[in-house]
Amino acid sequence: MNFGQSFRLAVKSLMTSKMRSLLTMLGIIIGVAAVIIITSLGNGMQNYMNDQFEEMGSNLVQAQVYLTGSSLDVKADDMYALVEKYPQYLSGVTPYNSIQGTVRQGSDEFKRTSVYGVGETFYNVNKNTIMTGSSLGKGRFLSYVDVEREMAVCVIGSYLEQEAFGGDALGKTLTVSGAPFTVVGVLDQSGDSSEGSSDDCIYIPYTQANRLGGSQWYVLYMFTSTDRSTAAAAKGIVENRLFKAYHDTDYYVVLTSAEMMDAMDSMVNLLMAILTLIAAISLLVGGIGIMNIMLVSVTERTREIGIRKSLGAKGRDIRSQFIIEAGTTSAIGGGIGIVLGIIMANAITNVIALVLGTGNDGFVAMPTLQGIAVAFGVSVAIGILFGYLPANKAAKLNPIDALRYD
Amino acid sequence: MEHLIEFKDIYKIYQMGEETVHALDGVDLTIDQGEFVAIVGQSGSGKSTAMNIIGCLDVPTSGTYHLGGIDVSTMEDDQQAEIRNKMLGFIFQQYNLIPKLNVQENVELPLLYAGVSAEERHERAIRSLERVGLADKRKNLPSQLSGGQQQRVSIARALAGNPSVILADEPTGALDSRTGREVLSFLQKLNAEGDTVVLITHDNSIAVKAKRIVRLQDGRIIYDGDSQDPQAVVQPEETGAADEDDGFAALLVEEVGE
Repeated sequence: MNFGQSFRLAVKSLMTSKMRSLLTMLGIIIGVAAVIIITSLGNGMQNYMNDQFEEMGSNLVQAQVYLTGSSLDVKADDMYALVEKYPQYLSGVTPYNSIQGTVRQGSDEFKRTSVYGVGETFYNVNKNTIMTGSSLGKGRFLSYVDVEREMAVCVIGSYLEQEAFGGDALGKTLTVSGAPFTVVGVLDQSGDSSEGSSDDCIYIPYTQANRLGGSQWYVLYMFTSTDRSTAAAAKGIVENRLFKAYHDTDYYVVLTSAEMMDAMDSMVNLLMAILTLIAAISLLVGGIGIMNIMLVSVTERTREIGIRKSLGAKGRDIRSQFIIEAGTTSAIGGGIGIVLGIIMANAITNVIALVLGTGNDGFVAMPTLQGIAVAFGVSVAIGILFGYLPANKAAKLNPIDALRYD
Repeated sequence: MEHLIEFKDIYKIYQMGEETVHALDGVDLTIDQGEFVAIVGQSGSGKSTAMNIIGCLDVPTSGTYHLGGIDVSTMEDDQQAEIRNKMLGFIFQQYNLIPKLNVQENVELPLLYAGVSAEERHERAIRSLERVGLADKRKNLPSQLSGGQQQRVSIARALAGNPSVILADEPTGALDSRTGREVLSFLQKLNAEGDTVVLITHDNSIAVKAKRIVRLQDGRIIYDGDSQDPQAVVQPEETGAADEDDGFAALLVEEVGE
């Protein structure tokens, strides 16, 4: 029969017993809200990670090479040679070694400061940025000469400049694992300029880092491909070169930033899928709640069903009336759940911003339109699915018995 | 000429545990267009079963029933629903209005199931309510009306679908005698305007308002003729063999009687 009237009737009967309706919808509300929150968090996480990768550049190719300590080992110079040999694919390379070392300035000790050994190509002169996206604020970056001659110079993050030198670091000295380094450049603030953040770092020539780091069991090389589209070809070139050296793919891993992004994305997606599935169980419980209340409703309205049948309602008219009612109940529950979920996602964003102190440009738990549509669709579908059994029961009532029912 | 309602050797047999009950025991009956017939009988006489079959709410165990020339005795549920919708208008003892719907929505129901457009539904519902003098109450809920008014709404609902037969089952049973008389004279007026009315009652004083009386006892017709004939209102002897099928009706009769 008429959809509009069934819908109005359903809303009317929901409004007449608000408490009961709310309790009926609760399972759906919680389920949908949970799904929205989880997908928002997942989406936010993905966006956040993608932003980080975007900053680093989409044309990066990272090669992790395990050191065997034998003559087989590929040296930094081999990698430089590779770039020179394939200028159409590779535009630069730098070792990128994180080392363990305590940073001291005077009597202050900086335990959480990250120390990296890099080459001069880690810095892009044209863009005035380093590969991780930060831009150079003061002074200069490490030069070819610094690297070649193993000069004791460094570039530091803004946090370190502030904490160790009171905002004026150029030309001054600090020590890494006891070895003195002169500050030649300072990076602009890129994180929240707190301890352990991306602003709490030191870049030294990799040649120095190799000496300080001691027994490293792997080195990282960061290549830049000429373009985003040549990243895959660049990866192949690096892999070929490494295979030629080791004859065994177990000694190295080469990843493009797109691949790294994909790997992270698929990890997040998997996590989200599992969490969403768990949240969906609540939707199932909600559906059973709706079925339960619809069965009660059918019994309560037996006489109404009898009247409608005596006036010419067919089985399918009665069935669709109750299915629409169940669908409406779950759709309204779904709507409330969506609103609740969005509010909660926003609240979580604010809490995370507060805790991390990243402000507005950090992590944002953003509900996706797709997620909302799916959550709403699923809630309506559950109403219809679980409304079917009660509706069918109503449709099959004998009009004579139903009319006499009190 | 074709009869509007034609029962041919209708049997309705129920199995109540060990016992076999003949609610209708070979009934032949014809009712023509424009008649006003009262089907009378005590509880257990089979009149409710007869009304269920006439009203296409039930099918006979055997025999054939033609309504408007169509054999409806072997129809499926949904086909019967369509016949009820198009050819029958019910008036019940308990009015049977849907409490959540207002007067106009109640009257529109049969039209809704007939697939009539919203505009035409409103129009016909209002016209139907005008016939029973309740057009001004169309936005009220049934609970805001008196019993007599509710019964008039149910008459308006029965009329809205423009049915071939108006089937009134104890229409005055729940009303005081004055309102009851009003409803009956309204049914007479409908009949005078050409509608076919079939009235089911246990009460002789109500049955005589019809033009023709069909008296049932133990599932058989024991009188069929003019309502003004003195024979029509002669109470048959008590048989004591109550028909289980009419047990509920008997209960209602007792309630109303007190």
